[in-house]
Amino acid sequence: MSADGCGAPVQTATAADIDTQGQVVLAGTVNGTAGPLGGAYVRLLNGDGDFAGEVQASPQGDFRFYAAPGAWIVRALHRSGNGEASVTAEGPGLHQVAISVA
Amino acid sequence: MSREDVLVTTQWAEENLDTPGVVFAEVDEDTTAYDGGHIRGAVKLDWKTDLQDPVRRDFVDRAGFDALLSEKGIGNDDLVVLYGGNNNWFAAYAYWYFKLYGHDKVKLLDGGRKKWELDGRELSGDEVKREATTYSAKEPDTSIRAFRDEVVDAIGTKNLVDVRSPDEFSGKLLAPAHLPQESAQRAGHIPTALNVPWAKTANEDGTFKTAEELTELYNEAGLDTGKSTIAYCRIGERSSHTWFALHELIGLSDVKNYDGSWTEYGSLVGVPIETGAAK
Repeated sequence: MSADGCGAPVQTATAADIDTQGQVVLAGTVNGTAGPLGGAYVRLLNGDGDFAGEVQASPQGDFRFYAAPGAWIVRALHRSGNGEASVTAEGPGLHQVAISVA
Repeated sequence: MSREDVLVTTQWAEENLDTPGVVFAEVDEDTTAYDGGHIRGAVKLDWKTDLQDPVRRDFVDRAGFDALLSEKGIGNDDLVVLYGGNNNWFAAYAYWYFKLYGHDKVKLLDGGRKKWELDGRELSGDEVKREATTYSAKEPDTSIRAFRDEVVDAIGTKNLVDVRSPDEFSGKLLAPAHLPQESAQRAGHIPTALNVPWAKTANEDGTFKTAEELTELYNEAGLDTGKSTIAYCRIGERSSHTWFALHELIGLSDVKNYDGSWTEYGSLVGVPIETGAAK
């Protein structure tokens, strides 16, 4: 993904020891009833429920956002169902979040 | 203009995949998704390599548009149904672009690829090759395209609608939250701009809100419908989505998309910039 674009990049797994280079990274996996669920649309919402970003999870269910510090809701939409989880990022670094879809 | 004049539902699309004179086209910046599976029969338009000039920062000229559509097998009389990922941002950009070159028979698939997938509808991996046509575009209609000097002059006189997220508007972020924040230009927004994020015009499944809901949204945000309006974002695709909402769904007559958007404005020397949340 080049800096001149705006579209959501193809999602990949985020290593637990990733160097976030001073950024707030919110990353994790979408899970269905039978394990990791690929292809869900993952939406980042702020504490007021307002939309901040959306990616499509990888075939392994991975997603990643670069956000500002604060309280966030990560919501997944899939043809098999929806799910969401909350995460609070006090500052830069990796903040992991898992979402169950049912 | 009614919603049916500018949008088709996924149900309509599925029922018209084989209708003569209807061409489906998937538009995105990253066409990986198309390559993995697309609506059956849909041609691919790559926002970057097909729709942007490879040297100058501009989109392809009239002759280039003629060549592109001819090669894709799209004729002047075809109804083109555009769709894509990213909540139809790039498809909305292409819609605006088709209109700019005078192709009036164009519609968006409401909800785009996301709605199609969430509906559980079929995707095809088949290669699509349509017979070439001889397409002829019209002169660009710049009444729907804003350039930088007009945007600077619009401060305090026209509606400026910044459709980026609140954190991009305030200057906390330089790009959407799904991207690394490595950009170099200044952060903030154009003074007097309203902040109405594009996402407020769409439902969770990517479909557009109703014209009544959109009218209420912009009224509450303080848009003066008696004035001309210019929409902008970071590179002009999210603001195409808002241009569609304002011009095609609400039906406001004088709405322009500023495709230079923040990557141009935020790099200009000497222009005013404000930071902080919307007032």
